[in-house]
Amino acid sequence: MTSKTLDQISKDLAAGTYSSREITQDTIADIKTRDPIYNSFISLSEDLALAQATAADVRIKAGTADILTGVPFAHKDLFCTQGHVTTAASKMLANFVPPYESTVGQRLLTAGAVCVGKTNMDEFAMGSSNENSFFGAVKNPWDLTAVPGGSSGGSAAAVAAGLVPAATGTDTGGSIRQPASFCNLTGIKPTYGRVSRFGIIAYASSLDQAGPMCQSAQDAAMMLNVMAGFDDQDSTSVNQETPDYTADLNLPLTGLKVGLPKEFFGAGLNPQVAQCIMAAVKEIEALGAQIIDISLPNLELSIPAYYVIAPSEASSNLSRFDGVRYGYRCDQPTDLMDFYCRTRAQGFGTEVKRRIMVGTYALSEGYYDAYYVKAQRIRRMIKDDFARALSQVDVIMGPVAPSPAFDLGSNTKDPVAMYLEDIYTLSANMAGIPAMSTPAGFVNGRPVGLHIMGNYFAEAKLLNIAHQYQQVTDWHLQKPPSTGLAASNQEKGA
Amino acid sequence: MTWEIVIGLEIHVQLATKTKLFSGAKIGFGAAPNTQTTLVDLGMPGALPVFNEAALRMAVTFGTAIDAQVCKHSVFARKNYFYPDSPKGYQTSQMDHPIVGLGHLDIQLEDGTTKRIGVTRAHLEEDAGKSLHEDYDGMTGIDLNRSSTPLLEIVSEPDMRSAKEAVAYMRKMHAIVTTIGISDGNMAQGSMRCDANVSLRPKGQEKLGTRTELKNINSFKFIERAINIEVERQIDILEDGGKIVQETRLYDADKNETRPMRSKEEANDYRYFPCPDLLPIEIDDAYIEAIRQSLPELPDQRSARFVSTLGLSEYGAAVLSSSRHLADYFEAVVDVCDDAKLSANWVMGEVAKYMNQNNIEIEQCPVSAARLGQLICRIKDDTINGKGAKTVFEGLWNQTGEVDEIIASSGLKQVNDVFAIDLMVDEVIANNPKQVAQYLEAQEDKRGKMLGFFMGQVMKASKGSANPGQVNGLLAKKLNALC
Amino acid sequence: MAIENADIEKIAVLARLQVDPNEINDYTNSISSILSLIDQMQQVDTNGIEPLSNPHDATQRLREDIVTCDNQRDAFIAIAPATQDGLYLVPKVLD
Repeated sequence: MTSKTLDQISKDLAAGTYSSREITQDTIADIKTRDPIYNSFISLSEDLALAQATAADVRIKAGTADILTGVPFAHKDLFCTQGHVTTAASKMLANFVPPYESTVGQRLLTAGAVCVGKTNMDEFAMGSSNENSFFGAVKNPWDLTAVPGGSSGGSAAAVAAGLVPAATGTDTGGSIRQPASFCNLTGIKPTYGRVSRFGIIAYASSLDQAGPMCQSAQDAAMMLNVMAGFDDQDSTSVNQETPDYTADLNLPLTGLKVGLPKEFFGAGLNPQVAQCIMAAVKEIEALGAQIIDISLPNLELSIPAYYVIAPSEASSNLSRFDGVRYGYRCDQPTDLMDFYCRTRAQGFGTEVKRRIMVGTYALSEGYYDAYYVKAQRIRRMIKDDFARALSQVDVIMGPVAPSPAFDLGSNTKDPVAMYLEDIYTLSANMAGIPAMSTPAGFVNGRPVGLHIMGNYFAEAKLLNIAHQYQQVTDWHLQKPPSTGLAASNQEKGA
Repeated sequence: MTWEIVIGLEIHVQLATKTKLFSGAKIGFGAAPNTQTTLVDLGMPGALPVFNEAALRMAVTFGTAIDAQVCKHSVFARKNYFYPDSPKGYQTSQMDHPIVGLGHLDIQLEDGTTKRIGVTRAHLEEDAGKSLHEDYDGMTGIDLNRSSTPLLEIVSEPDMRSAKEAVAYMRKMHAIVTTIGISDGNMAQGSMRCDANVSLRPKGQEKLGTRTELKNINSFKFIERAINIEVERQIDILEDGGKIVQETRLYDADKNETRPMRSKEEANDYRYFPCPDLLPIEIDDAYIEAIRQSLPELPDQRSARFVSTLGLSEYGAAVLSSSRHLADYFEAVVDVCDDAKLSANWVMGEVAKYMNQNNIEIEQCPVSAARLGQLICRIKDDTINGKGAKTVFEGLWNQTGEVDEIIASSGLKQVNDVFAIDLMVDEVIANNPKQVAQYLEAQEDKRGKMLGFFMGQVMKASKGSANPGQVNGLLAKKLNALC
Repeated sequence: MAIENADIEKIAVLARLQVDPNEINDYTNSISSILSLIDQMQQVDTNGIEPLSNPHDATQRLREDIVTCDNQRDAFIAIAPATQDGLYLVPKVLD
């Protein structure tokens, strides 16, 4: 089962090759057996999943199935799941069972998809390596000494390891694309407002956006079809019709204008990664695209601006975790102040506390203008850069990360070094444009992703490009050696 | 030293929406704890706010009613602080861009003059929950039913110079918000409450003195008392050469004193920033104008109409238009009896007296406007006299029956029978020869007053039911005939 | 910008985070280096540029004033750490 795509499973279920209950049981059994290697799951929702699978089988038999009916998937543990523990990988929420479902989760349930469990992540989505989890670090299936990326590292590892065909992720500064890149997956961060944030535990509200992490552009389009859409419970949700993202997958790329920003190919970029990216760009050129040099002059400023805006919003968003209505609560408080301070100090991990403090500082009296307002002005400069660039070209391409997956433990002592890893991904969140990663090769056995960014609501265009690229390459078909599926890898990728 | 009192008020008005500012949870007073909450009001992880259209409309209505600048662009900001009744760890409010800007409101002073009080701004914000201090195993209980209930915070300029002016301002504000229907104005239930900023400065000095903020005052009576007691406290300190500490104080009605609030002792930094879960509110001129056009008659306009078309005095008109419910009541009485002056006298007289004695507002008045109107009709058609009417009113207040039933059962029906009255008058003249003699000896201009004695005797004899006009006429005629 | 342990202590109180004496140097050092990274912004001339809070410069949508949810107290109270009579319990609050 494990190497099957969402598309294949959907067809198999429709054909009656196996039932949803069967594949769900197999999937859960497989996770129980193999996940101890990766630690990609925080919890399994076996009972709920089997009930959903049984209901899906009824729909399939009755001929009322949708394309994802009966297909297993996993949620990043940031999506609230009704009746099933939702932790945000934090001690603070280790026992939190939401009495409600996220809008995205509800849409997937309505479509009949079967949620088998919740994946590991950086605590409250703060991190680029999945090492900031109360439930332990996740290992990259491509190299067990490497990080899977973050913050959606568990989702990436689970899909890469073939434990589930697809998983949800969230991307505030690259948290879908960078782990997708590190784990050889197709992951897309949609336009801000395209996917509802309701019921997804907030990190930085003006930047957060959920999206799918899959084995192919085709699968990502199928997932996004269900996940995307207007939600009147989210004020920042955009009320605009959702196209069928699978409809344009097969359009030719003739005449496509691809911009290569010189800032994406500067000194910090690993030369071998650069080679992979340029090779991918050549392939796309061969498919009929025109390659144009462009500039995004304020790219570097996305790091300082992001590390003001995201922690500021986070410091406020995470104030609700106070041990009163849900979640962790310290023992034997002496008074209210002690109750708050110890509950929060004990419930949150180091990186979360650090970002809360940075954000608290940036918003405090006397600093607000110099930090928060300044960062918002820079944010507009970055948005304007993209607007200028995207008036000349259809899409922008480059690397997702400066290097392939780094070694576990290599950046944990130095938060600033870790932040610099986000240089290529932050700007898309700042501008709110859609962006994705698609497999584009390997460096020393570790995957490299091609970053494709487009204009607002151009998800279909991005998926079309990735799909066309995947028709002429097989990077996305490569399987990690640790899964035992690598034997089927072809010469080219091994 | 002569001190000048400087007062500014921040009034919190609970808007009369059906649901909360940011969620579809029902709003209602007195529900069981935490039964009117959604995941949004509880600050559950992943919950998001969506703004209530009715709250926007009400805020704009208020802005047009006080002739204020209504801002086409306004922004919700987060005010960050930790408190158990603030479930998100921040209050969603408005800071740099409130929905309503500069406006004003006129108050009537006791000397009959009018004073204009500046309104700095009014902004939308969500209310907090309630902390219940009864002992729960040494803990405090938190009820979040009120959490995210919409409030309009109306901030005045420091334009008031006495507690009485502050009360007049609060009353006027109450009249306006109830007239335009944006709040039930129920102060006992906290629908309208205020914080008062109080400071003193030597008379003639421009610079404001250090102020204290009195929190959460929830009745007109307490505003006056709290300010006066705080002014006394500040004068004592200043005259002893001391300094006022800028702080938040609580008015304790039981002890009639103000004391510093312990929870506010620690300096705070609210770290306001625009709420990223909510977007800027943009409205256009057409929206504002449509609301302005649909404004009901405002208290000042109503008062002017009471003078110009109903012939009331300025004073009476001002009193009767001071509350929407009172004015509605008064007009309903006039509708029934068609006598504005008599209606005004009754509403400001007996009705006000009974309400005062029973400490209730006009909304709870047990005598409906229709019944009071009928009662006045019975005075006008000479069925009863004024004195009898007061007795009937007492019956109506105690709900012993309808107007005509009470008149019939209590024998208050006025005696209009000329022969009967004639007999009684003769009897009184015959039984009081001493007084008759005095009357006859008196100068003509003194006689009017002396007639009162005979009036009283006849009314007594008739058990108050004789038509006083007829009695008066007959007495004068008969006594003067003796001269 | 360099900050000192005293700044961290102040921020920690605002953020309601207890910081143990043995952690404070680490926080001061790492947050100082983050603030120096952030301070790159100060070189940029942003005069005349409007702050951007929402990528679409979108405006607020309005919700109709109708009741859309029932009383779910039991479900919410069930996941709370300490309750009594339907109330959430916290250490004594002073007014």
